[in-house]
Amino acid sequence: MTAPRTLYDKIWDDHVVHQAEDGTCLLYIDRHLVHEVTSPQAFEGLRMTGRTVRAPEKTIAVPDHNVPTTLDRVSGVIANEESRIQVEALDKNAKDFGVNYYPVSDVRQGIVHIVGPEQGWTLPGMTVVCGDSHTATHGAFGALAHGIGTSEVEHVLATQTLIQKKSKNMKVEITGSLRPGVTAKDITLSVIGETGTAGGTGYVIEYCGQAIRELSMEGRMTVCNMAIEGGARAGLIAPDEKTFAYCMGRPHAPKGAAWEAAVAYWKTLFTDEGAHFDKVITIKGEDIAPVVTWGTSPEDVLPITGTVPSPSDFTGGKVEAAQRALDYMGLTPGMKLTDIKIDTVFIGSCTNGRIEDLRAAAAILKGKKIKDGMRAMVVPGSGLVRAQAEEEGLAQIFIDAGFEWRLAGCSMCLAMNPDQLSPGERCAATSNRNFEGRQGRGGRTHLLSPAMAAAAAITGHLTDVREMMAETV
Amino acid sequence: MDKFTKLTGIAAPMPLVNIDTDMIIPKQFLKTIQRSGLGKNLFDEMRYTQDGAEIPDFVLNQPAYRKAEIIVAGDNFGCGSSREHAPWALLDFGIRCVISTSFADIFFNNCFKNGILPIVMPAEVVAVLMDDAKKGENARITVDLEAQTITTSDGQSFPFEVDSHRKHCLLNGLDDIGLTLEKAAAIDAFEAKNKTLHPWA
Repeated sequence: MTAPRTLYDKIWDDHVVHQAEDGTCLLYIDRHLVHEVTSPQAFEGLRMTGRTVRAPEKTIAVPDHNVPTTLDRVSGVIANEESRIQVEALDKNAKDFGVNYYPVSDVRQGIVHIVGPEQGWTLPGMTVVCGDSHTATHGAFGALAHGIGTSEVEHVLATQTLIQKKSKNMKVEITGSLRPGVTAKDITLSVIGETGTAGGTGYVIEYCGQAIRELSMEGRMTVCNMAIEGGARAGLIAPDEKTFAYCMGRPHAPKGAAWEAAVAYWKTLFTDEGAHFDKVITIKGEDIAPVVTWGTSPEDVLPITGTVPSPSDFTGGKVEAAQRALDYMGLTPGMKLTDIKIDTVFIGSCTNGRIEDLRAAAAILKGKKIKDGMRAMVVPGSGLVRAQAEEEGLAQIFIDAGFEWRLAGCSMCLAMNPDQLSPGERCAATSNRNFEGRQGRGGRTHLLSPAMAAAAAITGHLTDVREMMAETV
Repeated sequence: MDKFTKLTGIAAPMPLVNIDTDMIIPKQFLKTIQRSGLGKNLFDEMRYTQDGAEIPDFVLNQPAYRKAEIIVAGDNFGCGSSREHAPWALLDFGIRCVISTSFADIFFNNCFKNGILPIVMPAEVVAVLMDDAKKGENARITVDLEAQTITTSDGQSFPFEVDSHRKHCLLNGLDDIGLTLEKAAAIDAFEAKNKTLHPWA
């Protein structure tokens, strides 16, 4: 009998093509997602060496980082020349190398990590890579998914494999249930607050426990999406009936007998009783509050009821980093988080740009207006999410409240397109990184959940969404 | 890829923790479709004012460190985005080695693909190297990959660990893809087997 294995061990074992004596493995890649920013040099590398894409049928490309999200994009070319060249390069590369492609004009276009699951490319037990750190998102399906650099993109294009050494196993268990007003975003930020941004370095995290099981697939994607912010190579959640229900009937999911065979295999994808984890973190679901970040690292997390910390609350290199963060963010220690005024609200990104996220924000916004002078935008994660939100009446709620209703893309999460913050502009964002300059040079980012972002849009300052929920009951 | 064998050079001290890849190369420079030319924008928003003037205090703008080839950095260097533009920018500036207590996983991998050696050392050793780096241009640190040692300007030597496959590739400037394509038969066999076992994949 074989030793008990973790979910990660099982997926890994099923993808090893070759193992060298020193433990270096060649790992087979089932799905390779590609976007316009990290792929041009890789395709160029193939051309220069006369190589081809080994498995174009397993390669899926979509432009997302650079694309404008304003409504006029349907009519014209991309105004920024460099962005236009990058998107055109992807159009050409996708055509020349024959990979699956969703161009800007396709209703299925969107953020690569939203499109992959939506189209059924991402399935349990697969290995999924992309030249993008938030590839961790796909771990929600029990797929081993992680970001790679452009050299590795070229390697996967040419060989459909990746040279890897196995990571260690880490278990993050969220016990019990979440309290009202607390979401998947609060789970994932709270875990990073606990472990730090390097706490997961060298590990693949498996998220488990009742609170994780109770999440929808959308919520699970939010949790796994930010595994990278905790430093982990990947985040994983064992597939279950919810996973199968989400996958069933998607365009690229198996059908008929193949579906039955796939589900039978997927049901073996769980961590065996007694399997070894190198590190275990347990958090009580009931203890998690709605959280926000105050600083310039995703680990700078506090419950919304807290106050801005002082550098003296920290030790080591974090003292200097905290002082730098406070200066950059323009905050004073001791200030209540709910007193922080907000200029802009951004709802979207691969972390929180799915239909459930838009529903959560719309539930808070229904019948309300955003604060005078507030700039607020919703950028759906894909054209299909956008269409569904329109059908459900959510779009109208956002528009009536004063939000801009945009087309799909990465948008202000990383501000490669024209959606950017100005110096000193303070943004409540449902995205994943609050780094210096991330949303625009000098821009100040507070990360939070879609419901919390909606609450801040109404009041004009960071707000405990639970108070607003009490009002609406 | 250029080989990395032995390097003696100026080391720039960057003690700040959590230096992320957005800091190393901000997003506006990711629009290139080339690998080269990013060195002038390395650490752009820390290095230049909004008008493009140099910020004199920033370490790589100081006369002693303008030709640095090594960075001694605070914890968790290279966290965040997977952008390989970060090591491309470092390399284009002339940096061939980064030493820290820890690196983010993807950045760490990306360095090796570009002839940059990232070295993980214990906090007490990084502290010694940081102090040595602060001495400026006359203090040169030597990194010997073959011997796996770092030697300070005053002769203190510390051994370091490196993965044997990666060491081999760096020492010889080898292209991973070429090596993997030698195993094409194993990939063919895997695909054939998988077609039966997991036909949906």
